Amino acid sequence: MAIYVDRNTKVVIQGLTGKQGRYYGLRNRDYGTKVVAGTNPNKAGTDVDGIPIHATVAEVVSQTGANASFVIVPARFCKAAIYEAAEAGIPLIVCVTEHIPAHDQAEIYQHLKKEHPGTRMFGPNCAGILSPGQCNIGFTPAEVSRPGPVGVISRSGTLAYQALYELTEAGIGQSTCVGIGGDPVPGTSFVDALAAFVEDNETRAIVLIGEIGGNAEEEAAEFIAQHVRKPVIAYIAGMTAPPGVKMGHAGAIISGGKGTAAAKMETLEAAGVKIARNPTDIGPLVTSALS
Amino acid sequence: MDLFEYQGKHYLTQFGIPIPRGVLATTVSEALENSAQLGFPLVVKAQVLVGGRGKAGGIRLCHDAAELTREVERILGMDIRGHTVERIWLEEAAEIEAEYYVSFTLDRGRKQHLGMLSREGGVEIETVAAEDPAAIARLRINPVKDFTREAIAEWVDGAGLAGSATEALITFLQNLYRCYLEGDATLVEINPLILDRAGKTIALDAKVTLDPAASFRHPEWGEFSENPIPDPRERLAKQFGLQYVGLSGNVGIIANGAGLAMSTVDIVDQVGGSAANFLDIGGGANARRMADALSVIHQDEKVRVIFINIFGGITRCDEIAKGILQAMREVELRCPLVVRLDGTNAVEGRSILASHRQEWLKSESDMLNAAKRAVKLANTS
Repeated sequence: MAIYVDRNTKVVIQGLTGKQGRYYGLRNRDYGTKVVAGTNPNKAGTDVDGIPIHATVAEVVSQTGANASFVIVPARFCKAAIYEAAEAGIPLIVCVTEHIPAHDQAEIYQHLKKEHPGTRMFGPNCAGILSPGQCNIGFTPAEVSRPGPVGVISRSGTLAYQALYELTEAGIGQSTCVGIGGDPVPGTSFVDALAAFVEDNETRAIVLIGEIGGNAEEEAAEFIAQHVRKPVIAYIAGMTAPPGVKMGHAGAIISGGKGTAAAKMETLEAAGVKIARNPTDIGPLVTSALS
Repeated sequence: MDLFEYQGKHYLTQFGIPIPRGVLATTVSEALENSAQLGFPLVVKAQVLVGGRGKAGGIRLCHDAAELTREVERILGMDIRGHTVERIWLEEAAEIEAEYYVSFTLDRGRKQHLGMLSREGGVEIETVAAEDPAAIARLRINPVKDFTREAIAEWVDGAGLAGSATEALITFLQNLYRCYLEGDATLVEINPLILDRAGKTIALDAKVTLDPAASFRHPEWGEFSENPIPDPRERLAKQFGLQYVGLSGNVGIIANGAGLAMSTVDIVDQVGGSAANFLDIGGGANARRMADALSVIHQDEKVRVIFINIFGGITRCDEIAKGILQAMREVELRCPLVVRLDGTNAVEGRSILASHRQEWLKSESDMLNAAKRAVKLANTS
């Protein structure tokens, strides 16, 4: 089994006609993801390598029953694209675009919550979501994954790929790999994804990969202590990051002494989470948790 | 993107917020000439993108031209926590009746805007927060709702600003929120916000941080883009469009992905070394990007070894290995490279590196061992 996306997920790609959209969209399709259409009002009626282009998401939904959208448009168009998908009734939106203004992120989050409570968004600035063997939306290199019992949730893309690779090399597959993104206001948090993995019977252990900044890891620790009975293994990047400096991701910044890696690790450890000291420790820790 | 105080104040005025009269100067003669527009007494304020300038002696009240000359000579060129003072703001001295603190920023946890208002102005807000947290009135503002005058009046009352919920103060706070929201600032902090003896509400200081992601809808921000980047390594990295943060150690770092780059800095520290930088080369990691990254790191004279830590996902390790060898031909190296390749086609990638093995290229398959090797080389070479 898997969470959020599986072999029945039908994906519309907003931005399929762009260079990046085409590259990742076709990769996702070639992996076996059901990519039903792309949208672009100026190119309706054309196709991208056989995938039809429609004018609007609403049109795609009515004609194909699409139930997920992959948003890969430039940052300035993201808000409108996300709202369009939500208004068309899409319940799951994956936005990989980086550099969406922080105020827009907060507005998008609150707007979806108020007007479209049935819509879940991943990202912005996330690597995407992958259920190995079933569906891949976004950037994740599915070649380093295989189906199995471990759920992965990560703010960082590369660290998630590293974890998938380690697990796969150790012969352990994954149920779903959820990218929540490195931005200040993600649509889906660690807690949301943890709750979904708790409900998923085939997920037997969970890997959580966090980084400095914000308090999402602390919230996750509180949730784990109360609700998660499956083993959780965590890694937090940014132990040595200086305060007040963005470490690549817009959300990876220690401000006002809050959001340090040490505090996050301590809180998670107190909640019973096993802490990996470096990313390559994740594999062995999961192996021992499952045995 | 942090603004100098004078730029921040100018930004505030575009939203109708009153500031004291002032002029900019970059030399002593300019300061003397421009001071005529203000008269004495006036305040000389060092313009640096770092806090604590008051304590460092970067702010002085001057009563006449002789004192002004002396202070400007002293402050220009002085170092305040690694920042050299090149600009000075001269400002009319305010007659302070009361000092408050106000700021707007994003509350990431609650995914709403956060306003903080306090009657304890003029001191560090962190100190107030630690010693008397009740003295700060916090207000969450939902971005999809209006921020009404009624809500502001309540907030002002809640902060215990004795009988100060005047129309002028409410308008000030409303405009400041507009500056934060419509102005795409991730922080506006006024400390102190003052009531002067004439009863006017004025922003006596301004700390404004703009969201670079919003620059597409603010063509007027062009004037701020030339603000100096004090670290020459960071200046060069910016030219190449690389995500770089200068640190103080001797192990240069190149990794792909912000998370892995942070993690690489951490692991170097764990094995007893110290990173010279954070550098995220991005997804593709091709020869061009690799050569640019090597050039940036090379500019740092402290660097004794460069640790390249790459996870090959879509871009396979064999392509990355070829890119590294190509980059090594383009940049004249003056220290060894330790390369750790992992992920898709890692074995092929490592064998490409091995077949070109030179004195200065060490390949390790494991991140921890690679870090150990890099640190050892840094400390012995």
